[in-house]
This record gives sequence, structure tokens and C-alpha cells, in this order.
Amino acid sequence: MITTRDLTKRYGRTVAVDGVDLDVREGDRYGLLGPNGSGKTTLVRMLLGLVFATRGEIEVLGRPVPRRVHEVLPSIGALVEGPGAYPHLSGRTNLELFDASGPGPGRRGRRHRVGEALERVGLAGIDRRPVRAYSLGMKQRLGLAGALLRRPRLLILDEPTNGLDPRGIREVRDLLGELNAEGTTVLLSSHLLAEIDAFCTRVGVMDRGRLVVQDELARMHEPTGRTLISTPTPERAAALLDGRVERRDGESLIVRGADSGALTAELVAAGVTVTAVVPERRTLEQVVLEATTGSADRMEGDR
Amino acid sequence: MIRVELAKLFRRPRTYVIAALLCALPFIVAVFLATTEIPPPPGQGGAFLSAVLSNGALYPAAAMALVLPVFLPVSVAVLAGDAVAGEAAAGTLRYLLIRPVGRTRLLVAKLISLVAFVLFAIGAVLVTSYVTGVTLFGAETSSAGIALPPDVTSLSGVTISPAGLALRLVATVAYIVVSMVGVAAIALFLSTVTDSALGAAMGALAVLVTSQVLVTLDAAAAVRPYLPTRYWLAWVDFFREPVLWRDIERGAAIQLVYLVVLLGAAWANFVTKDVAD
Repeated sequence: MITTRDLTKRYGRTVAVDGVDLDVREGDRYGLLGPNGSGKTTLVRMLLGLVFATRGEIEVLGRPVPRRVHEVLPSIGALVEGPGAYPHLSGRTNLELFDASGPGPGRRGRRHRVGEALERVGLAGIDRRPVRAYSLGMKQRLGLAGALLRRPRLLILDEPTNGLDPRGIREVRDLLGELNAEGTTVLLSSHLLAEIDAFCTRVGVMDRGRLVVQDELARMHEPTGRTLISTPTPERAAALLDGRVERRDGESLIVRGADSGALTAELVAAGVTVTAVVPERRTLEQVVLEATTGSADRMEGDR
Repeated sequence: MIRVELAKLFRRPRTYVIAALLCALPFIVAVFLATTEIPPPPGQGGAFLSAVLSNGALYPAAAMALVLPVFLPVSVAVLAGDAVAGEAAAGTLRYLLIRPVGRTRLLVAKLISLVAFVLFAIGAVLVTSYVTGVTLFGAETSSAGIALPPDVTSLSGVTISPAGLALRLVATVAYIVVSMVGVAAIALFLSTVTDSALGAAMGALAVLVTSQVLVTLDAAAAVRPYLPTRYWLAWVDFFREPVLWRDIERGAAIQLVYLVVLLGAAWANFVTKDVAD
């Protein structure tokens, strides 16, 4: 669906996006993770033909971007760095104008399309109030409705849950899940690890303009070869497993060895009470911390 | 896209506020003239102002002369400066472009909606000033036709038919639209350069004010024929008998050149621009 090769964007001397090879496949729930300022938004803008690359190639839905971006944009719904709407008009009017401004079936069915999109994002009951009176969450939902308006094959959403409360975040995640199940490919960018972890199947991690990791989420959660043991008597367990214990933290031990069954049998045979034995898996956070060098918004002195 | 731009224009309260302000100026002037009946001395004050005291039907022409030098260009510059930069600031520009609306199309639609605004504003001023003029000064509805004011024609006693007056007003409107499109082109170009609507409007106004100053400066006589505001008031020549075409033609040609060059620059800048606001 989306492939980029050596995609680079320079602003003067700063490199916003640096040699990115993005690969989003059909049906993916792709999560683009990275701190603010890591180049996610610039990357997304380049995919949509808003920002022109300094170097590299982009292909979206089989067409080269930006040269033939107008051919694919009708099949893409996007939310780029916050929603945009005319503040003096109502949400419904905003969507109708948005719908009318581009190509497509025109006036026929417009009211229906707008109503349907509003319903999907939970704004079916909005009245004639102007958008300037909306809360941030409502604006965000309106922006999402705009992205869904034309039933896109590909959704590119930049920080879609900004300003939403926990219930709203959950609703949006469920909605995106439904759309994905209906065949929509979703590219979601976020600086929130938990959000990516909860929704995505494939993850790319951006750090200072570079795509440092790109893999299936399941593969990132691979076992570490260690086992986590919880026991009310950690001293006894530690004495028994002497030499294999890597870390002790209160009532839990991290032990080398991936065979949790054998460990359990060993502990039980020795009369040690165990409350849990779990193979340790890497967390997404660990993956990100290993792959990234430092926080992009830290400004340290030379010394 | 043009329909959408027009809908945006006419759904915005500010369009009507600006038009109302434009209509208010001639109205205020008319009230003062009607209550004091002191005409401006010939050769001073706005064109036609002394003539309207005897014939209110000429007031629309006088109103044009009142709003044209400052008020109308200011409002056009403000709206045109807002055209692209305002969309960028509201965050709607990126969504229009990915809708997708072609960048060239968007510029053209913006320009057309600006022309629509100028027509709307001038129309409003003409109608209200005609009503004002006829009610406050009365109209000479003699079958002999309307006497053109001597301070304009420099020949007293020339009369034209009401149809002739209407025709000349239409020509005037067309000429003013062309002049204002020149202003719009300057502001529209700046609007694609900066993300600040206010900055674009200020830049366009700075150009106009500079031009107005240079027009009156003898030391700048060499560049005078090429200044954008040099021929703005040339439409007055429509009310001469016979019509004096020389300045009108030059004015229209200059505006056309400004329009083509600046619109070209706006286009070249906009289609290659990173939309990253």
C-alpha cells in the first residue's frame, strides 16, 4: 500500500526525515511510533503530497507520489496534525463543504454520506452550533469523520486520539478495528506507546528522522529466554536456583531459562510455593528504548 | 470548487460587515452634503460630489469615487491576503489539498471568489448610494436626460440618457473590478508566501500606499505610468463626452500585466510549496 525508498526531507540544515524505507502492506494496522519531533508528521505529509521530499521515492496504492498523488488521494482518508475546520460554520456544514470541494459523486447522496460519517464517529447528534464552540475531542471526532467521508481504502491518521478522554480513545480504537476488519488499511502515527501496542499489528519506530525499527508487533514481543517467577518466599527460591537468578525484585525473580514448565516442577519438588511462572517477553517499550538514542526534546549542553 | 468558495464567501458574516462598511461611507458623506448643502469647491473633494447636489442620480458615481482610493482596496487586500494564509492558519488548507483539490484550481477559485466579492460590494454600494442620492438630493427626471457634471466633463450642458448613464456605470464597474483584481493578485501572491493573513494584507497595502505616494511625486515621474494605482481613477473618463479612452486602456493594460505576473508568481510559489503548517 505504501512503500518509500530512502525518503529524505531536509529543512535547511536540519534533516527532518532521513533515509526512511517505510513498508505498509494491504490490510495492515501499521503503527508509526516516535516522540514529537521525530519526523512522523513530515513523513505523513510527504505521503500525502503536501510536503515535497528532498530525496527518495514514494509509492502509495501503486502510484508514484507526488507525481500522481491526485489519482490516489480520493481513496485515502487522512487526519494530519489535528483537525481543521471553519470555526464559524457547523460541523455538518464543514463536512458538506469538504465533500463538495473535491471530485466524486457530487451533490447526490451528500447529506447521507455526511450523516453516516458523523454517526460512525459518534457525532450523530450534533446541532447547528459552530465548530468554534466544540471541545477538542469533538473537533477530533469531526476530523475523523472527514477522513471517513469517502469510505477510503487507506486511512492515514496522525495522532488521532489527541484530546479524547479514555472512553473516546477506546471508541476510536474500536472504530478503527471495525474499519480494518472491513478491509481498510490503517496507518496510525502516535507518540503514545500504549496506543500503538493496543491496536497495531505492525510497528515502525522513528527516532530523529530515521526509521530505526520496522517489524510485526508479535515479533517484537518475542520471549527473552528468561522466566519471571513470583513466590512468597523469594529467599528459598533464590537459594534453590542459585546462579540462574538474574534479578530479584521483592517477591519476584527473573531467572535465566525459557522452560517455565521445568522451572515450576523444580521449585514445587523442592517445596517452594509459586504463585506465577511466566516466560518473560520483551515489551514494546524495551524495543523502543533499545532502538532510540535519546529524547528528541532534550537539549543538553556540550559538557 | 468555485461553488464551494462562493459558499464560503457568502456564508461568512465578515463579507456582509465589509460591504456594509463600504456602503456606510458614501451614506455618511451624503448626509453631511444634504444637511449643509455646501458643495466641495470645483477641482477639490471627490469627483461628482458637487454635481450630486443638483442631481442625486449621479450619486452612485460619486460613491465609487469615495470608496475606490482607500476603502475598497483595503477590503480586497484583507480578503485576498486571507485567501490562502487564512486556510493555512485554520488548518483547512491541508485538508482541501488532500481532498484532493488541485493547487492551481484552488488559486483560481480563490481569485474568482474575490472577483465575486468585489462585484457584490460594488453592487451594494451602487444600490445603496443610488437610493441615498435620490432620496436626499432628488433626481432630475427630465426627459432631456442627465446633465454630466461640468467639473468632470469640463463642458457644461452635455446630457446623456439614463440608459447611457447605466451603460457608463456598468463600464465603470468593470474597470474597477479589473483594478481590484490587480490588488487581489498582489495580496494573493503574498498570501501564498506567508502563513500570516495579516502579513499578506499588510504587504499588499504597503505596495499600494507606496504606489499612491509615488504617483504624486514628481521625482518619480519616470516610473509613474507603471504604478499599479496610477490609473485607478481613470474610470471617471467614462463620464466624459466623448469617452476619453487613453487612460482607461492604459490602466486596464497595466492591471492585466500585474495580474498575469503576480498570479504566475503566486502559482509558481504555491504549487511547489511545502504545506507544513
